[in-house]
Amino acid sequence: MLDPSIRLLPDLDSKPLEAILQAVTALVEDVGFPTVRRWRERGGRVLGHFQVYFPEEIAHAAGLLPVKVRGAPVEALQADSHFGSYLCSILKSSLELALSERVPLEMFVSHPICDAARNLAAVWGRNFSYPCQILYLPQNANSAHAAQYLSHEYARLLREVEGVAGTRVTEDDLRTSIGVYNENRRLLRRLYAIKRDQPWLLAIDEAYPLLSLGALIRREEHNELLRTIIPLIESRPARSQDKIRVVFEGGFCEQPPLDLLRTLSRSCYVVDDDLLIGLRWILEDVSATGDPLAALAEAYLERSSYSPVQHDQRKPKEAMLLQRVRESHAEAAIIAAAKMCEPGLDEQVVYAKALEESGIPFFVTEFEENMTSFDQVEIQLETFAENILFY
Amino acid sequence: MDGAPSNPQPIVGRANRDGADLFRRWYQDLARVAESGAGAAYVFVMGSMAEVLRVFDLPMVFPEINSLQTAVRRVADQYLSQAEDEGYSPDICGYVKADVAVQLRGGEHPMGRIPRPSLAVLTNACNTYIKWAEIWERMYHVPVFVLDVPGTRAGGAQTWPGHPDFETDRRYVASQIQELIAICEQVTSRRFDIDRLREVLGYANQMSGSWRRALELNQSVPAVFSALTDGTIYLGVSNAFRGTAEGSEYFAQLVEEMAYKAAHGIGTIQEEKHRLVFVGVPCYPIFRRFYELFAEWGGVFVSSTYLWFASGGTNLGFEYDLRQPLESLAEGVLISVRHAMDSMFYQDRMLDEMAEPFGVDGVVYHPIKSCRTVSTGLADSRRAFMQARDIPCLFIESDMMDKRVVSEAQMKNRIDAFFEGLNARKLQRAVA
Repeated sequence: MLDPSIRLLPDLDSKPLEAILQAVTALVEDVGFPTVRRWRERGGRVLGHFQVYFPEEIAHAAGLLPVKVRGAPVEALQADSHFGSYLCSILKSSLELALSERVPLEMFVSHPICDAARNLAAVWGRNFSYPCQILYLPQNANSAHAAQYLSHEYARLLREVEGVAGTRVTEDDLRTSIGVYNENRRLLRRLYAIKRDQPWLLAIDEAYPLLSLGALIRREEHNELLRTIIPLIESRPARSQDKIRVVFEGGFCEQPPLDLLRTLSRSCYVVDDDLLIGLRWILEDVSATGDPLAALAEAYLERSSYSPVQHDQRKPKEAMLLQRVRESHAEAAIIAAAKMCEPGLDEQVVYAKALEESGIPFFVTEFEENMTSFDQVEIQLETFAENILFY
Repeated sequence: MDGAPSNPQPIVGRANRDGADLFRRWYQDLARVAESGAGAAYVFVMGSMAEVLRVFDLPMVFPEINSLQTAVRRVADQYLSQAEDEGYSPDICGYVKADVAVQLRGGEHPMGRIPRPSLAVLTNACNTYIKWAEIWERMYHVPVFVLDVPGTRAGGAQTWPGHPDFETDRRYVASQIQELIAICEQVTSRRFDIDRLREVLGYANQMSGSWRRALELNQSVPAVFSALTDGTIYLGVSNAFRGTAEGSEYFAQLVEEMAYKAAHGIGTIQEEKHRLVFVGVPCYPIFRRFYELFAEWGGVFVSSTYLWFASGGTNLGFEYDLRQPLESLAEGVLISVRHAMDSMFYQDRMLDEMAEPFGVDGVVYHPIKSCRTVSTGLADSRRAFMQARDIPCLFIESDMMDKRVVSEAQMKNRIDAFFEGLNARKLQRAVA
């Protein structure tokens, strides 16, 4: 197994906050995925997992680098001929990253999150010789037997992962990884608390790269980064401005370009969001005692967030959104959906109705990860914000 | 040979005639349920769970079938527009939008009127089923039951009874079936009757066996039915009448008719020149014309992945063990629904296997805007199939509901060029 203390980030110690944020943003925006490349150059193996949620602890415990495959703003030069016309961008760009060897993998896992993505394991499997498979996360979250099934499914996945890693994973290995990820979840909750309570200290286009980087490096290193940077953010000399407090909804799978988030941050404080929600899916610590796979399964179902791609009668999406708005003291919501994203577009109808009935202003928009023009949305957002601020 | 008819001549064309009659009657029955104010189970074609619902005598509504009727009868645009006015995007499933409009119209649709749901039962074979049912959940506040059927994890890696992974999946499905039964008992205030289940499973067994046989009979040259048009009628009956005496009888007669046609060399078109397989969902907005664009060149669809996945994988012919009805039901649902999913995601392997027995000359891929489940992987699957086989393929995109993305002229150009290629190829081979 590769030495887990290998560093994938450049030396950021003792750098000022702005320099660290710049470096993190540059890493996240680099479609050459330098941290993953560095890991591989040192002999590390990579497990790529498609959106939304994946139990990274299992890959981590086996010494693999779990990398969230979340597309990228790249042209689908090779991938285009593998798909038809009516499709979201993330599927094409994700395959492009693999075909163009920007992100070479030793294993690929997707999930039946939507009609399009559930095709990915088959498509990938026809084009790569490494293991490509579906992790069947339960879609009957309300069955009394879902947790037990999921625990078995995780055990099946673990066997495959062990084969790829060439190592046996013990329960203690898994518990150690759960501990690392529990700390990461705690740190991310702190980061989001800053965004919620003092949003002028951390704009969405700064918070997002900090979150996103976690799925491109070892989580120990991400923890170290967050432990360093959070106090720097908290002591940042910044003051509140005339911006509206909004929740951004619609980033659970395909990611909006960073420039769209920058546009957003010029008129809004994004006090909560569902960007890369899989990284924050589990809301509390996973039990580090007992059967670790059962604990992960239980947490997935019982201590988790929500998204348009999970049906759980205990978590009606519109009620969950209203709760998110309420708990983050937002004044309004941005209801976004990636183009051609069926679950996202379906949910927009429901969200809009619920927000309207609750008297919460909302802004509906569509985006694509490789969009390049933001002038129109900026003007619309400014008008939206001014309407709330001044009327 | 399957069954020798006593009076053979009238049986040719019987399945289409009887199928249409059965279908009309089924819709009339649903209209009567709607008039009475009683509810129905809303279900889907990929895993309807008719086997359980029939035990409780719950009428079943297939919203997919209602929606496609609006397209075939050329009124889909009115329904789509109504749903889009409610905020639904032009880029989502047309079936969902047509159903939203049907619901907003109090169940009125071109074939009559459907009752309101008293519960919805769906599998995960299509994710949009789940999003769709959430609409009813909000509209009617009725129980929505997602029967989660774990599918194939990787190409060619299916597990079978006795394998620990299969048994884990089977236990999960079996437990959920028990939960579904409990919900049905609540909704209908009736107790579950295991003997009635045996009876229903018996009919389902007969239907599945006949369905499988009927599909095999299309290996005959000339082909005895069009998998695109005739097949869609059989498919409708297989869904609406699964687990009934009528359905089982219909399919027994279908086999009889097809066996007769095969034995007497009676084809489905005048002059069969090219034997094709259809991959995807038909183009319902111009259904008849779409068929003609191929038939005019002597192209006949000898099989279709649609007939596999839209029958919930019952084309496999899985036979329930009536001595252990619930255990066997779980196994059958798992294997059949998984096969339906494989027919959408891994059909390149199946096409490869059927190329010789069906004498396949060409494969027509028809991805559609409305359905990402079926369409997303088709271009890649086609690439793989073309690498494995020297069989020409046609790739045409349109829709199953939305006329706005159906360009008949463009389609015709592509189809004509495809057949010109097929003809030239046959000529070259004849010369060589």
